[in-house]
Amino acid sequence: MNQILFKEQLSPDVYRLRVRAPLIAEERQPGQFVILQLDTEYGERIPLTIADADTEEGSITLIVQAVGKSTILLGQMPVGGRIANLVGPLGRPTHIEKVGRVVCVGGGIGVAPLYPIAQGMKKAGNHLTVVIGARTKDLMILEQEMRALADEVLICTDDGTYGHHGLVTAPLKELCAGAPKPDLVVAIGPPLMMKFCAETTKPYGVPTVVSLNSIMIDGTGMCGGCRVTVGGKTKFVCVDGPEFDGHQVDFDQLIQRLGSYRKQETIAADGCHLHTEAKKKGLVE
Amino acid sequence: MEWARLQALPQPLTPRDRLAIPCQEMPAQESLARAQNMQEVTLGYSDEQARVEAERCLQCRNAPCVQGCPVRIQIPQFIAALAAGNPARAIAIIRETSLLPAVCGRVCPQEMQCQAHCTVGKSLKSVDQAVAIGRLERYAADWERTHGAVSPPVVAPATGKKVAVVGSGPAGITVAADVRRAGHEVVLFEAFHKAGGVLVYGIPEFRLPKTIVQAELDALQQMGVTIRTNFVVGRTRKITDLITKDGFDAVFVGSGAGLPKFMEIEGENLVGVYSANEYLTRSNLMKAYDRERAETPIPSARRVAVLGGGNVAMDAARTALRLGAQEVHLIYRRTEVEMPARAEEVRHAKEEGVRIHVLQNAKRILGANGHVTGIECLRHELGDPDSSGRRRSMVIPDSEFQLPIEAVIVAIGNQSNPLIKQTTEGLDVDQWGRIVTDQQGHTSLPNVFAGGDIVLGTATVILAMGEGRRAAAAINEMLQQENSAGVPARHS
Repeated sequence: MNQILFKEQLSPDVYRLRVRAPLIAEERQPGQFVILQLDTEYGERIPLTIADADTEEGSITLIVQAVGKSTILLGQMPVGGRIANLVGPLGRPTHIEKVGRVVCVGGGIGVAPLYPIAQGMKKAGNHLTVVIGARTKDLMILEQEMRALADEVLICTDDGTYGHHGLVTAPLKELCAGAPKPDLVVAIGPPLMMKFCAETTKPYGVPTVVSLNSIMIDGTGMCGGCRVTVGGKTKFVCVDGPEFDGHQVDFDQLIQRLGSYRKQETIAADGCHLHTEAKKKGLVE
Repeated sequence: MEWARLQALPQPLTPRDRLAIPCQEMPAQESLARAQNMQEVTLGYSDEQARVEAERCLQCRNAPCVQGCPVRIQIPQFIAALAAGNPARAIAIIRETSLLPAVCGRVCPQEMQCQAHCTVGKSLKSVDQAVAIGRLERYAADWERTHGAVSPPVVAPATGKKVAVVGSGPAGITVAADVRRAGHEVVLFEAFHKAGGVLVYGIPEFRLPKTIVQAELDALQQMGVTIRTNFVVGRTRKITDLITKDGFDAVFVGSGAGLPKFMEIEGENLVGVYSANEYLTRSNLMKAYDRERAETPIPSARRVAVLGGGNVAMDAARTALRLGAQEVHLIYRRTEVEMPARAEEVRHAKEEGVRIHVLQNAKRILGANGHVTGIECLRHELGDPDSSGRRRSMVIPDSEFQLPIEAVIVAIGNQSNPLIKQTTEGLDVDQWGRIVTDQQGHTSLPNVFAGGDIVLGTATVILAMGEGRRAAAAINEMLQQENSAGVPARHS
């Protein structure tokens, strides 16, 4: 169990992994995530969204951005390597139904968890528009997969190297202002992007679902570290979410809570980067 | 010395002699030294101390202490064996009814259970003077473990029946052992990457060393119980699928209370506010106290406030000290008399330097730039007893005051985890989300049983164990009926 069956580098820091996990593959539904840990004694537990699954192969697909110590190490693991602990699927599945016109907005690595939701929305018979945003062309992921799926795909890059020059909120606003306007928007990406997507759709009264990826340990409701204020009430991302009404989420608080351990995380990741560089230069084992 | 004196007295000792023996204090690490390390605080009785303490027991015929024990350990009998210098016999007697003596001897609230009824304590007019039953239980269990005398219970021939136990805490461990003994195949499912439940993620090393829990889990595996970690029943597999798809004949749900309560006050989602569950899990299970090696971070706050007066609050406060806090303020709205924590934990916390503030409660948590900077409290006074018999805590108006604080740990209990309920159709729960069962642990679903905190709300290790034993008996009875009838006689 938990062997890495396949690994592919999608962009400088982003990897696609297929991991053997037959039970998770069988049970997972769009919107759900796993928690993994690379060392049973001292490793941290990190939540990652499931990007896809293959029940025949008994595998799940994870798309990982190497930003922290564990994700950097995960990106370095070879095919055949075994992830010490992998648990899931966690969180409540996306509510998928035919509502009419659905716009799925993905920013950066957020396109990965968006993919199974877009799949589900299309399969349910919705008209599907996908908006993908990235900082620059090289960081864009899953474009071909989304094109194969959606009725319409809109691309944005912050630096104008590909597609529209600008943020995903610009095409989103046009879609909301147009006719017929979307019946549902699903936005997944960095918290700031989701915040601005929710602010964009709000004046048009378009229901907007966001998927939150907060700090958590167990992922089953026990620690409460993932709590976030939604509609003035405290909710747990792991058991009440990860998806919430974007118009109700207190994103500023979420962003602050995500930064709780920024200092420690940076030190650990820097140490890891240094080690990687040193290894490349043959300075350490 | 005391032992020599006792032997010099005419035998057998008279009750007057026994009442004159001083209660044996258990050796402990020196308070300031131990507040800097994670090793166990109390060191356990020496052989001689155990015999002296055992001689204090009057061997009452009506054994009132047994009535105070949730699992009815034959207390006078095991103590008599210790007095006779026969710890092997003592532990055998304990093990007839208790599965986790090394754990219970350390974490049971004995002063509210067996020791509350002790005739010695009553004669000497103080529960603190009761025979130290818990310490003797611990002594016997530790003797067994350190002498390699633990022999896994005999397992009956295979029955061909298969039982799923959900949750590897005290209730789950108990059910797994009792059901396995009857010859059924047992798989113990745990959501975390390590088994043991609250014994591993919650109770700190300095109060319950992990090696003790591991010994219990090893014993289960030696009996043939399969432990499956990283398996969230309800998510990785639904309860009903375990029965219909995976061939389990019965399921026991002992998933724990597990959803931390918060105060619902201003500032509670600031960075630096933790549930005790999170704080303790970071430190214990994720080993964040080992800052060199652990990848899971934990705050290094200099001034910490802990809200609550139970064992978990004491554990959190004492952990904060060990993680380098210079000041730890424990804030409780009633007085020490009403504190649900074990008296020994309160005493240890104070000795180590935890500052206990009674008759106060947090009103709001103050912050700047999203981080905790302080806490505003209100003073309280005690009113008439409430429905639980404890005196009501009443706010004194306009009594606000503030403390500068960098981290707040909320330890005011847990509510029921909604995960099993969310994913199990037809499972009845009460208004608080606790699974509804009858006396034997049957739930509203056929062949599904439940026990421990998911049924009781927040309780103790020993109560969870007691529930587990009853449910295991019911499971064994049901499976035996099925086998002798030759067809599944499903409970409905």
